[in-house]
Amino acid sequence: MHLVYPVVVSALLFSIGVYGVLARRNAILVLMSVELMLNAVNLNLVAFDVWLGDRLHGGQVLTLFVIVIAAAEVGLGLAIVLAVFRTRRTVDVDRLRALAEVVRTPDPGRPEGEDAS
Amino acid sequence: MTSQAPGLWPPSGPEVVFLLLGAVAVGSALLVVTTRQLVHAALWLVVCFGALAGGYLVLTAEFVAWVQVLIYVGAVVVLLLFGIMLTRAPIGPSAGLDSGNRWAAALVALATAGVLVTVVVTGFRTAYAPLRPGQGSAGSLGASVFRTWVLPFEALSVLLLAALVGAIVLSRTDIRGRE
Repeated sequence: MHLVYPVVVSALLFSIGVYGVLARRNAILVLMSVELMLNAVNLNLVAFDVWLGDRLHGGQVLTLFVIVIAAAEVGLGLAIVLAVFRTRRTVDVDRLRALAEVVRTPDPGRPEGEDAS
Repeated sequence: MTSQAPGLWPPSGPEVVFLLLGAVAVGSALLVVTTRQLVHAALWLVVCFGALAGGYLVLTAEFVAWVQVLIYVGAVVVLLLFGIMLTRAPIGPSAGLDSGNRWAAALVALATAGVLVTVVVTGFRTAYAPLRPGQGSAGSLGASVFRTWVLPFEALSVLLLAALVGAIVLSRTDIRGRE
């Protein structure tokens, strides 16, 4: 197996994930794109483990660890998304602007209760 | 690692299989980030993860392939579907799934793909590894997990416990912070 093939597939998957994270509006779709990026990294780890012939199997063991961390991450991420949905009734990431920098110009359309203290 | 690597063309049998699976994975990943239906995005994610599991099998990482099927296809996608269901997402096609900066995002993604593909192709054009079956079997992987990597393994179990507790605390509504 030439190493170029898995590594190029993984690079393409990673950039597709980057596009999804930047372009998607729904928070759950952003989480899916993050999963795509993590999978690209996993493919890289497995390919380099095979290439190096690692006796300790560092690449494949790290792949298992990344899969476990991804499961924990998606569980917590979905809990946060559900908490946001409960309070704001929306999961669109570009409409959640409570932590955005306050624009100095007077903005009468800004909803109240969004800035803490 | 070997010096007498065969040429890049024609690809051998496992390489053809891997390239087909990689094409399926990349195509379904593109559909995940471009489809207009939320549920279809989750289902295309299943196709992408399945194709990647097949790729792991071709790369002789059997145990990782089954873990991928179990955890990603079995658990993560089901969690995402639950999230879609609980946020009352529209089932049919919806227009507002992409934000306004999708052209900038496409530009950034294309630049990322260009840089990464150029770097890895120039770096690993001649790298070749013969595939030996049995390298990633459950036995050898389990031996190395429980001999060499046992400390990070235990740390990960603590991390999973913390994530579990955190998810429970975040999703319960009757737990309030101190006044």
